[in-house]
Amino acid sequence: MALRKILGMETEFGIFHRRAGDSNPIAASSVLINAYINSLDRSANASPIPRVGWDFVDETPANDARGLNLFTAMAPQVEIHLVNAVLTNGARYYVDHAHPELSTPECADPLTVVLYDRAAEMILVESMRQANAALPEGEEIVVYKNNSDRKGNSYGTHENYLMDRATPFSRVVAQIMPHFVTRQIYTGAGKVGSEAVGISSEQVPFQLTQRADFFEEQVGLETTLKRPIVNTRDEPHADAKKYRRLHVIVGDANLSQVSTFLKIGPTALVLCLVEDDCLDRTFVLKDPVLAMRQVSYDLSLRRPLELDGGGSITALDMQWEYFRSAQRYAESRGLDCIGGEPVGREVLRRWEHVLTALESDPMQLADQLDWVAKYRLINGYRERHDLRWNDARMAAMDLQYHDMRPAKSLFSRLGVETLVDDADAAVAMSEPPEDTRAYFRGKCLQKWADDIVAANWDSMVFDIGDDPLRRVPMMEPTRGTKAHVGSLLAECETSAELLRRLGS
Amino acid sequence: MPERTQKQRPAPQRSEEALVDTPAKSEAGEKLKADLDDLLDEIDDVLETNAEDFVKSYIQKGGQ
Repeated sequence: MALRKILGMETEFGIFHRRAGDSNPIAASSVLINAYINSLDRSANASPIPRVGWDFVDETPANDARGLNLFTAMAPQVEIHLVNAVLTNGARYYVDHAHPELSTPECADPLTVVLYDRAAEMILVESMRQANAALPEGEEIVVYKNNSDRKGNSYGTHENYLMDRATPFSRVVAQIMPHFVTRQIYTGAGKVGSEAVGISSEQVPFQLTQRADFFEEQVGLETTLKRPIVNTRDEPHADAKKYRRLHVIVGDANLSQVSTFLKIGPTALVLCLVEDDCLDRTFVLKDPVLAMRQVSYDLSLRRPLELDGGGSITALDMQWEYFRSAQRYAESRGLDCIGGEPVGREVLRRWEHVLTALESDPMQLADQLDWVAKYRLINGYRERHDLRWNDARMAAMDLQYHDMRPAKSLFSRLGVETLVDDADAAVAMSEPPEDTRAYFRGKCLQKWADDIVAANWDSMVFDIGDDPLRRVPMMEPTRGTKAHVGSLLAECETSAELLRRLGS
Repeated sequence: MPERTQKQRPAPQRSEEALVDTPAKSEAGEKLKADLDDLLDEIDDVLETNAEDFVKSYIQKGGQ
């Protein structure tokens, strides 16, 4: 039976320090994140402040070396903890390469991912507000939730799916690849033009996704160059004998909550089908890397993609294949693997709805999908002012669609449907999900931040005074939930008592 | 075990010109168009004032 899909997203935000001369993005990112953490400090009613550093001990050597080198080279030693914060909602907020990055806490269903992604946006908005209040007159740090600077530089929005180690990885690669190529028709955030070499504005005036231009390999370990459609980073942040974490780098950052829900939900469900070997039919694309762009460049959604060994299929028909398999799977095996009936049914319902609408008239989805909303706005402006697609105003509107300042955001003016309430997301800025180990992490930080030396996804390190530091392992992402430890955490007055009762 | 095949259906019969078409119009589309007109009436107030400089200076390096 497919493993319960524990889910998460990591978003690297674009950052732009306006009127700051030679300010560098690493410094601006540090200012941004520190401003947020410091504001929590000043807030009288806030929980204790999580001035808790990220614990690199369990990271893979490659990651460890890259991260630590960057931070020690570019920031004062004392700043390390501040730019690698663990928040009381269980998230990680830090400077990654030259971007502010926020990783959501572990979530047990796709709707909860949407909630924590919205909370992440609100954290960035508040960070801007706090940082800009302290900057010299005229300067401003602005954050963008997109994936490209339109000059060939891309930054990622990564998804994470907990998977069964027993599933052959070759099967995962083969069966998820066509999904990643074809899901772009509803996950894309849209982009004016193309950044691929040799593609003109006449050839590609507008495309479905931010990221398709940047994929050069089918499978690989890289994330910053020669990006692969299926990333092989093997770092489960959990018991490696039982689990694999599929690290997905092929998606766009979405402003639309429906797009985010459909980026995570169908993918999680398809991965359950892969684990249970339940796809009705499987397809092999002749050239998946080429197909990524063919799908993204084709607003008609009618272009046939060549299959290995002959024949072809459109992205829409490929998605219908996945959808029908998933529907049959849900009838026979249920939807517990993606969070149960209500949320699972909603995944299927919305998936079917967008495929149906994309087939008849994609513009019906202007209030649901990012690429459609963006296309409608920018093309409408273009027609009204009789502009060409390569006019700088088209590119500027593309960037401004993703501007996180409420007063400047073009996205927020488009009346796109939401799936979660901002009031709930505001709570999720500081409260963890209750049904994953993020609950234990977040609640410990709320209660005993002063006693916690460091934390990461699968452990926390406590300093309770005279004893040596104590590491509490959290190798099971579905343990440490409110049901498991809620009363224990409530009963313990001190972290020493907690550790004693945990038997560590 | 479900039966597995590598390739299945022939390419749907669709006209060549559909490949370069922008998305089709419809009644729902017309309604959205009316809303869009209202939005476009006021959007110049929030757009970046110097589009060319803005686009040129937005540079992001070192991403994943």
